[in-house]
Amino acid sequence: MEHSELLVDWSRAQFALTALYHWLFVPLTLGLTFIVAIMETIYVKTGDPKWKTTTKYWMGLLAINFAIGLATGIIMEFEFGTNWSNYSWIVGDIFGAPLAIEGLMAFFMESTFFAVMFFGWNKVSKKMHLLSTWLVAIGSNLSALWILVANGWMQHPVGMHFNPDTARNEMENFWEVFLNPNAVSKFLHTISSGYVLASLFVIGISAWYLLKKRDTQFARRSIIVASSFGLITSIFLLTTGDESAHQVALNQPMKLAAMEGLYEGEKRAGIVAFGVLNEAKEIGDDAEEFLFSFKIPGALSFLGYHDLNAFVPGINDIVYGNKKHNIISVEEKMKQGKLAIAALSEYKTAKKNHDMPRAQKALEVFEANQKYMGYGYLNDPKDAVPDVSLSFYSFHTMVGLGTWFLVLFIISLYYSMTNEMHNKKWLLYVALFTIPMGYVAQEAGWIVAEVGRQPWAIQDLLPVGMAASNVARTSVMITFWLFAILFTGLLIAEVKIMLKQIKIGPEGH
Amino acid sequence: MDITLYDLQVYWWLLVSVIGALFVFMTFVQGGQTLLYTLAKTEDERDLLVNTLGRKWELTFTALVMFGGALFAAFPLFYAVSFGGAYFVWMAILFCFIIQAVAYEYRKKPDNLYGERFYEILLYINGSLGIFLIGVALGTLFSGGNFTVNEMNLSMWTKPSYGLEALLNPFNLAFGLMLVFLARMQGALYFLNALDAPEVTARIKDVLKKNFVIFLVLFLYVVATILLQDGYVYDPKTKEISIESMKFLHIFLDLPLLLVVLLAGVVTLLYGVYIALFKESRKAIFFTALGTVLTVIIVMLILGVDNSVYYPSLADMQSSLTIENSSGSYYTLSVMSVVSLLVPVVLGYIVAVWRSMDKTKVTIEEIKSDPHHY
Ligand code: HDD
Ligand code: HEM
Ligand code: HEM
Repeated sequence: MEHSELLVDWSRAQFALTALYHWLFVPLTLGLTFIVAIMETIYVKTGDPKWKTTTKYWMGLLAINFAIGLATGIIMEFEFGTNWSNYSWIVGDIFGAPLAIEGLMAFFMESTFFAVMFFGWNKVSKKMHLLSTWLVAIGSNLSALWILVANGWMQHPVGMHFNPDTARNEMENFWEVFLNPNAVSKFLHTISSGYVLASLFVIGISAWYLLKKRDTQFARRSIIVASSFGLITSIFLLTTGDESAHQVALNQPMKLAAMEGLYEGEKRAGIVAFGVLNEAKEIGDDAEEFLFSFKIPGALSFLGYHDLNAFVPGINDIVYGNKKHNIISVEEKMKQGKLAIAALSEYKTAKKNHDMPRAQKALEVFEANQKYMGYGYLNDPKDAVPDVSLSFYSFHTMVGLGTWFLVLFIISLYYSMTNEMHNKKWLLYVALFTIPMGYVAQEAGWIVAEVGRQPWAIQDLLPVGMAASNVARTSVMITFWLFAILFTGLLIAEVKIMLKQIKIGPEGH
Repeated sequence: MDITLYDLQVYWWLLVSVIGALFVFMTFVQGGQTLLYTLAKTEDERDLLVNTLGRKWELTFTALVMFGGALFAAFPLFYAVSFGGAYFVWMAILFCFIIQAVAYEYRKKPDNLYGERFYEILLYINGSLGIFLIGVALGTLFSGGNFTVNEMNLSMWTKPSYGLEALLNPFNLAFGLMLVFLARMQGALYFLNALDAPEVTARIKDVLKKNFVIFLVLFLYVVATILLQDGYVYDPKTKEISIESMKFLHIFLDLPLLLVVLLAGVVTLLYGVYIALFKESRKAIFFTALGTVLTVIIVMLILGVDNSVYYPSLADMQSSLTIENSSGSYYTLSVMSVVSLLVPVVLGYIVAVWRSMDKTKVTIEEIKSDPHHY
């Protein structure tokens, strides 16, 4: 049951839209919950009411963000059913589990203790309140864990087998799914990206107070906490980013090639530190890849395989095959895939007619070719290539900004410790304008991860064209625009409310 | 004794029923949202009601998410068939919940762009339309949907209205309205329990009476229809699906325990309403809660047990869903069963937190003194 391309594109667009919106709010929640928990801990330890004011102020902003995070999250879960219903059946046996565990383990924890954190100041003891704040932080990070286990599995499916009788993949080993190296690195990288974003947020807003010369004590306190937290976590972010790239190299070589605009594979492959892609370049031709570029030699081999001399396959190697490096062409994989699909349907018919010998034979053919079944749904080998320029520029934007954030944390920590921050106007402006950059890096990261895995909904197993629901394209168009309007309307309100709260400030004037 | 796949399927249908039942009880939040202008006459009173509900709304929201998650993990074919087919109904439900999540937090904030009234309207839509549509969707478990499932288990909806056609069926409409009025009753009873504001609580009895009468009529109609209608059943050996007249009545006769629990649920619910109206009791909500939960569990459970079909297909009878042909694999269901041991832990801390937060009743003064109120 293949779908019209337009239906699939609208479904993808809708998923991308809602995910990108959800992701505008989640990273701040992931990080700010920890920052307020740290601040409240300082308050409980020192008993200084100023820290209580500080904690409560950042909690107020957290609540505004949290509400819209929930609003945009609920749709994500149900979209697997509404827009990716074939997907929900074909991999639901594996994929549904982490989603359900997430609800049970994480969302209830968050929502229960959130109410205590907000309304419990005078209702429960100080210690109980502090515990609740920490549980909200842990709960939000647990929800990240489970959803990223699910997503990591899509990037690198493990721990399951295909059952021809139910025509779906079934889970075989929960621990393999849970401890999937791809999921682990994704989880660590993503939560640390949330901590970094929240630190930038706190520093930037505090810088604004310093520029306005108000609430300076409060601002300085906040900057010290956020810069320390940001510095530690951004080092961790870069380390886990490196591990993410390693995982991509191992499991999704096409994504890695697209991230670096690498068409012809090579040993000692370099990373493009700076470059402009040649948009006229096509798969398989020998036009130049870049209009100009500056490469760090060997760096890609090292980042991807932790070996300066490793061979990194390019897009052409993967599409057309490369005998020397044992790479099978997409065309060959498609051939095998089509055999598997035909054999499966033969098996089904034979079983229906109770023709066991025929069913057995079909099953053997199926099993021999099953590895590349997903490729059987592709129509053209070039369909196996994701959007190169989107992957390339997003990746480089993310890495560049990550490096910049690290530098910023060092500078702001230094000047806030020496109590000179309020004199450095340039730095305060830079800190303020880095807040949006944090969001850019976040969204760019997801674009790399998700666009780079196209055309696969599940890597090598299920292309997006097969995964979508059988609904009319116009239905998806209608809901796409409704979401676009609704979420944009809510986002504008959120930003206005947030800005007003910032203007009002910690002392409520 | 070996646990069979069928045992796990029944266990998971039971769990889904329990989560569904808890969700239906928790919709007192939504019911309360539709009473803001009925019960409150001043702005202070309205703030009081919103804040009282505001401590609980996220639990209801999360229960809905959990209901979806449990269905996905345990009965993925239902997730695929219904959500991907009755597309517009589910989307409309989701829109009604998206707008709820921001409404509490943004309603009272300065510079909130659309004004306080706007967010109150969102709460009203969520409380009325949202619950009504969920009821309609649940009603289709009895009245059926227009789908086919092919030999690869991939599904297709056969009506271009993608689920909206369910609104033409009087049973579905009655089911939806029944949930709305139940939610409003429960909302009123929740306020009765949580508030310390005599002027507001004085208005509750009247509201409760009216909503209860309407609920009762709808409930009787729904139950009678369920008991008397033809139903789909399957042959446990061949899995062939066929029609049986008065199927659900037969299930109750086969499994009288279910009937006993159902009656106990209904009686407990009625008792709750009785003590609220005639005994000045503030604890009525706990009885109606228990009553609702027991009743809904049984109403859901009869769909899944005794060879019953839980999602009949009107387009192709053999495509209908049963707990046997739509579930996850043995392995996944067992892993998830282990995970389900967490359910009592979660319920435990929810109850503990609820009790410690509700020890003191909410007053207008309290709301006014806290700058962090909704
Ligand atoms: C503040 C945001 C931020 C910053 C500064 C960075 N990242 Fe990142 N990155 C993310 C936020 C992010 C993310 C949004 O969290 C992603 C999206 C999916 C994921 O797993 O994490 C991501 C994905 C992601 C991926 C794709 C993983 C996949 O496809 O599965 C790679 C290879 C990297 N990152 C590598 C890096 C490197 C080498 C960085 C720094 C030098 C870096 N990231 C900085
Ligand atoms: C397709 C993927 C996703 C789905 C299905 C999804 C689902 C949801 C749902 C249903 C909620 C509301 C929860 C509630 O009722 O309390 C939510 C909120 C949340 N999600 Fe997502 N989500 C997705 C992506 C992500 C990712 C990638 C992360 C983290 C790495 C994440 C982290 C969170 C957090 C921390 C919250 C709660 C706080 C907030 O919303 O600000 N989500 N999500
Ligand atoms: C919240 C962070 C996320 C963001 C910002 C994000 C972003 C995107 C984007 C940009 C696309 C479109 C790709 C394309 O069609 O070219 C996409 C597609 C998709 N993503 Fe994500 N994603 C996120 C998290 C997740 C998670 C956690 C999952 C799964 C658990 C997931 C599952 C999907 C699916 C099923 C699609 C549609 C099919 C496809 O186009 O591959 N996403 N996402």
